Amino acid sequence: MTGPDARPLLEVAGVSVRFGALVALNQVSLGICHGEILAIIGPNGAGKTTLLNAISGFYHPYEGRIVFDGKDRTHLKPPDVAALGIARTFQNVALFKGMSVLDNLMTGRLLKMKGSFLLEALYWGPARRQELEHRAFVERIIDFLEIQAIRKTAAGRLPYGLQKRVELGRALAAEPELLLLDEPMAGMNVEEKEDMCRFILDVNGEFGTTIALIEHDMGVVMDISDRVAVLDYGRKIADGAPEQVRKDPAVRDAYLGVSHD
Amino acid sequence: MIYREAGQFRTTYASDQAIFPIPQDRWFVVFAAVAAFVIPPLAANEYWLQAVLIPFLIYSLAAIGLNLLTGYAGQLSLGTGGFMAVGAYAAFKLTTALPQLNIVVVFLLSGLIAAGVGLVFGIPSLRIKGFYLAVATLAAQFFLLWLFNKVPWFVNYASSGTITAPNRSVLGVIVTGPNATASVRYVTALALVVVGALVAKNLVRGRVGRSWMAIRDRDIAAEIIGVRPLRTKLLAFGISSFYCGVAGAELVFLYFGSAETLAFDITLSFLVLFMVIIGGLGSILGSFLGAAFIVLVPIFLTNAPQAMGLSLPVALQKQFELMVFGGLIIFFLIVEPHGLARLWQITKEKLRLWPFPH
Repeated sequence: MTGPDARPLLEVAGVSVRFGALVALNQVSLGICHGEILAIIGPNGAGKTTLLNAISGFYHPYEGRIVFDGKDRTHLKPPDVAALGIARTFQNVALFKGMSVLDNLMTGRLLKMKGSFLLEALYWGPARRQELEHRAFVERIIDFLEIQAIRKTAAGRLPYGLQKRVELGRALAAEPELLLLDEPMAGMNVEEKEDMCRFILDVNGEFGTTIALIEHDMGVVMDISDRVAVLDYGRKIADGAPEQVRKDPAVRDAYLGVSHD
Repeated sequence: MIYREAGQFRTTYASDQAIFPIPQDRWFVVFAAVAAFVIPPLAANEYWLQAVLIPFLIYSLAAIGLNLLTGYAGQLSLGTGGFMAVGAYAAFKLTTALPQLNIVVVFLLSGLIAAGVGLVFGIPSLRIKGFYLAVATLAAQFFLLWLFNKVPWFVNYASSGTITAPNRSVLGVIVTGPNATASVRYVTALALVVVGALVAKNLVRGRVGRSWMAIRDRDIAAEIIGVRPLRTKLLAFGISSFYCGVAGAELVFLYFGSAETLAFDITLSFLVLFMVIIGGLGSILGSFLGAAFIVLVPIFLTNAPQAMGLSLPVALQKQFELMVFGGLIIFFLIVEPHGLARLWQITKEKLRLWPFPH
């Protein structure tokens, strides 16, 4: 692992998101650097998921800019954001429940595949070759996440912890530069959490993927993240190394102090 | 060689991705297809071909079409009858305007025209979902039939208002029209449905099918992966309507011989939807099973009382048929809401463990 460098891969500059009179995000500025693991924390309703939704294009900011890799992409739609190399998972698992694990991961490769409708209809030549190449890639992710035994199982029939893992796999299948994880460990037991932490660190270490994650488990956050940003009532109240944030009085007041003292 | 899955190792991704990964399955299907081409034309009588097998094949093709749209892409449609009518009327106009054009090409062109119409009526699917979309597609059903009734150009100004299949031949054999034999029409319908099913299977196991199912299962997650909802849904509407259009053209040219718009009314839309639901949403095999169920069960019920030696009054017999048919539909939906295809899958899983229950 080369460690995070200082260039921001994604820059959120003064972004506000409003729903009618409710200001969900209020002029939040945040940089995510190449190769780092950034944790976004904050009490319920702080605007963490809204921030992720704004980055992935579901909400369009009312003011401010979102710059990815030097290009302004404030007003792109979700499929275009995906095409830039941003993948994400959802807070409540959003797998394709009727499809097998393998098909879920193959769907993650969609943007890497070329469309040639007639050849696909015949399953012939380049279309067949492409299918097999992507299958081989997806199998590497299956090996990486240790889900070989369930590759033909319908995603909806899996236990929750595995569904979360498959969802991570689907995001990884897109070979993203930036991976957004919305509470990847919510509702897991300790062992599942440990596995998930290991996968997140390995993804970051082996593929160099930049990761931004929302998490409530402070132990996990302090252990795996390079940097922590804290949101409260739609504002960013702290941003820095985990130890620094832990000591920050504003954060203690808003969040840690209440739940941990 | 005993049929079982254990010990059948697949060492390449290509063999694992095959439609029928197990050799016995593959051979069985090839054998069944060959048998279907050879045996009925030689052995079956006119009644079986005309009243049972030809409608079964045509309805199967329509059911595959609707299954792609409703079962795979998750877009509920009640416009099937309308799209089939487009295919039928387009085929009639094409073949009367260009009599030398090969009738199979006419069928495919009619499918394309139906696909174009389907695309237009698929546009609301971007904004509305589920039952509301079904109601919107109902507009297609009523508008298209109204159009074909109102504009005499579509029936070549025939005073009867019907379209009739003219005699057309392929390679010197008469395929459609009053002089075509049932065997030839059967083989034509079979060839079209075999190719159609194969293409449909290839589509649903690849990139296109996965983006359809992604939209069906979780549209928000699909978007974040890069699926463009409008393009994907419209593609589903287009391809589904293509299948329905070809099936509609076949219905007139290979089965009825002549028809008016009444043949394509809302009942037909529901009939095909029942086939898809009873057979199994999201299953190509299910489309065949559903079509077989809807076509065969009424025929079976008509003949069952005599076969059992009961002689019921005709009126009572007719009522009895409808009651049992309705009852059976409900029975199968309660036993297995996912359709006959799922029932078949469960049976296979049970047989794998048999005679041990666990």
